[in-house]
Order: sequence, then structure tokens, then C-alpha cells
Amino acid sequence: MLITELKAREAIASLTDGKKVFIINCEGCKEVHFPEKEARELGKELAAEGKLTGCITTDYICNPENMQLRLKDHMGEIEAADVVLVLSCGVGVQTIAGYLEDKPVYAACDTYPLPGFQGVTPLEYECDQCGECWLNLTGGICPITACSKSLVNGQCGGSKNGMCEVDNEMECGWERIYRRLAQLGRLDLLKCPTQVRNFATDEEVSK
Amino acid sequence: MKITELFERGEFVVSAEVGPPKGFHVEGLLEEAKTYLSGVAAVNVTDNQSSVMRLGSLAMCKALKDEGLTPIFQLACRDRNRIALESDLLSAAMFGIENILCLTGDHTKLGDHPQAKPVFDLDSVSLLHAVTKLEEGEDLGGNKLVGEPPKFAKGAVVSPCSDSVDAQLAKMERKVAAGAEYFQTQAVFEPEKFIKFMEKAKQFGKPVQVGIIIPKSAGMVRFMNNNVAGIHVPDEMIEELKKDPEKTKAGITGVEIAARIIKECKPYCQGVHIMALGWESKVPELLKAAGI
Repeated sequence: MLITELKAREAIASLTDGKKVFIINCEGCKEVHFPEKEARELGKELAAEGKLTGCITTDYICNPENMQLRLKDHMGEIEAADVVLVLSCGVGVQTIAGYLEDKPVYAACDTYPLPGFQGVTPLEYECDQCGECWLNLTGGICPITACSKSLVNGQCGGSKNGMCEVDNEMECGWERIYRRLAQLGRLDLLKCPTQVRNFATDEEVSK
Repeated sequence: MKITELFERGEFVVSAEVGPPKGFHVEGLLEEAKTYLSGVAAVNVTDNQSSVMRLGSLAMCKALKDEGLTPIFQLACRDRNRIALESDLLSAAMFGIENILCLTGDHTKLGDHPQAKPVFDLDSVSLLHAVTKLEEGEDLGGNKLVGEPPKFAKGAVVSPCSDSVDAQLAKMERKVAAGAEYFQTQAVFEPEKFIKFMEKAKQFGKPVQVGIIIPKSAGMVRFMNNNVAGIHVPDEMIEELKKDPEKTKAGITGVEIAARIIKECKPYCQGVHIMALGWESKVPELLKAAGI
């Protein structure tokens, strides 16, 4: 099981402030707890503010073929939006971000693990269920799973010819992140405050 | 003495580096350091460099300090979590060690304990942030320190000849924001790349020491070209090392090359950091040849 939990409203507001938004809700696999009520409220609020260009609620966006099929009828609404807000686990956000390469794709949720079956995550995108989703700072590429050291403050000195020091067949995750941010015109995100990871999984401690 | 005071005075700051032994007998290393490195401003002590287990950096720093040298305590984030790192920083302050260098560290898989758990609880940037917080009297957990907080000259590293130099510059900027006061670079063999890098790096307003390795042989530099990130030794230099094997073996060619690189880079930076990799004895003649 895993839990997707909506990020704090202020965190979401900072992503959507002054922007047109397209929302993708993934009510995905049975193994994921999805914040249905909060997601509905968020959609309503954005619509009331006149910010919403469209919204779909679907399943298995982590499957690229399925995702592309579902998005097909909404491409106009997605084009009209400045940002795409994805309510899903980290795999879903990364799949969408990989598909909509030129569009800022943001995670509206943090993903936490629960014991038991972990659901269907069919592709190369990985979510570590770290509970503090980084994708909004990294252009939709996860630094926890794409970087051998899970670094959250940028590239280490170990990449050679763009490849990771640990595995010369694996591209440096931060090289990919840098390129994506440049493509999105969001290199400013690299100037964000120093990030310190939070390994307290107990919600009481982590808050 | 803090290395930052020397930069503030406008000095061209020379530091060198020693790697502690895989054992606890340090008499030989201390003797070598006293003989060959007493002329440099400060001596870095590596922290389980290349993920190879050795005697600790902190203990070696203390031993060097007792011999009248100024140590730079290197801390890598690979082997310790934030509690251990902060604790070691307080220990360093107690020993009167005033200079530190914060690194992320090589991955455990690269070293002689590939089975070890890689920690990386913090990274170079968040470690600098932690030091800055300690200096303000608080630890990363938000708890107050007892008594006067420590104060360090906070150093960091950057890789100017990396093929990802823009990502390196972005990281350098984050290190400055987190509190880095001076930088030492990965070894430079391509001064023109370093000069280009410095044109961009000078905007951060922090002193940079160009990193220098004395090339020992064509085989060594070829190994570095194939295996060490951020280092590329040009073909002409490899040829130069191959030309006269006796001269190269005696270290004369390597010292000539290193001195030339220092001279070319000197107008663009604030110091030099020599990683002698066992050739500490060549440091005095290198400095002389470089006109320092």
C-alpha cells in the first residue's frame, strides 16, 4: 500500500499562483490511498478562481500508453494551461512530466509507503515514497531515484561524460534535471534554499 | 589560523593535501609533512578518500596541529549521518581546528568496502548549511548549543573542467548560499577551461584555489582520464610525459607541467591547492618552479 497525501495548500498555491492550471487526478491502483475529497475541493477552488483550464480523473497514468490515450482529448486544455498539476504517486508525475516535456508538470501530493503490496508501477520511473516529493524542484525527474546518492541540492563532482560515477551506463540524474530545467526555462529553481532531507517517516515527528 | 584571513589579506594561498595511512602509525607522515609542507599555509587531511578506509581525518588534523601545521579538516557525507558530522565539527572546534572542507564524498561502491551502506544523509550543501547553523548556536535539529558556538573557515570544492560545468556552477552558487567561504578545485590540466570557468565563477565573490596534481607518468594520467571525474589530461601532456621516461620517473617532467599550469592559472585565481598523492617531497620544488 501507499498513501498519496495532498501537499500543504501554501505549497500548492506557490505553484499555481497567477497561473492557468490543468489538473490530472489519478485514482490509480487499488493499492494507493488517494485524497479524493481534498482533490475535489482543490479543483473546485481553482475553478472558482477562474484558473482551471480542465481536469481529468483517471487511472494508471503511470502506464504511458494509457496516459497518452486519456490525455489525447484534453490536449487543447493542457495547451491552454501554464502548469499541469498531477495528483498521484511520484511515478505518475514523472510519467506525465516525461510526456509533456515542454510544460511545467508539478506534483500536488507527497507519497508515503505503507506495508503490503506496492501496486503496479510498470515502467522505468521510480518513486521511493519518501514522503516529501521533490519533483517540483527538479523538473519532474526524481533526484532520490535518478541519483545514486539521492542528492537533493544538485550534482556531485562524480559524473564523467554525463554518466554516474557508480554506473557508467546510467546517466547522471542531476545532468538530466539540469537539462530539463533549462528546457523549461526554470534554472532559477536551482537557486532554491538549501534542502535538508527528512527521514522521519512518523508523521508526528516529520511535521 | 583561518585560511580565510589570508585570502582577505590578498595573499595567494597555497595549501597541500595528505592522506592518512591505513593503519595508526603516523610518524612517517608527520615527518614528511613537517619536512616538505611547512612552507604551505594549510594542509588538507582527506576523509577516507576515494571511499578507501583509513585513519580518521580529525585525528590526523589534531596530530598535524600539534606539530605546528595548520590543518584543513575534510568532511565527507558518505560515512556519517548529520548527528555524527555535527558532533565531529564540535570535536574539531575543541581541538582548535579552524578550517574545514565540506564534500559529498565518493560513493561507497568506488572504494575498498563496496558492501558498506552509503549514508549521504546530508550532502556538501546541507553540510555547509549545518555548519552555518552551528556557528549561529543551533544544531540541525533546532536545539541550542551550550556556550559560545564554534567558528570555522568553511571551504567547499568545485570541478571546473567537468563536462557538466554549468551544473557545477549552479552547485557552487548553492554552496555559497549555504555558507561556503572559499573553494578548492578538482585537479586542473586544461588551464584554458579553468580560466573560462573563473570568468563565470568570479560573480560569486569567493576565493578559489586551483587544484593541482603532479603527473607521475603517462599511465597515471591515462588512468585518470578514464576513471576520474572532472579530469582530462590533454594528449600533448601525455606525450610530454612519455618523451623522456627517466626524467618523468624522477618527477622532473611532472613538476614542469604542474608549474606551468599554476603559472597560467595564477592571474585568475586566489591560490593553489596541491594534491601530491604521495609526492609531497616534490611540493617545495614545484612551488619554486611556479615562482611562488
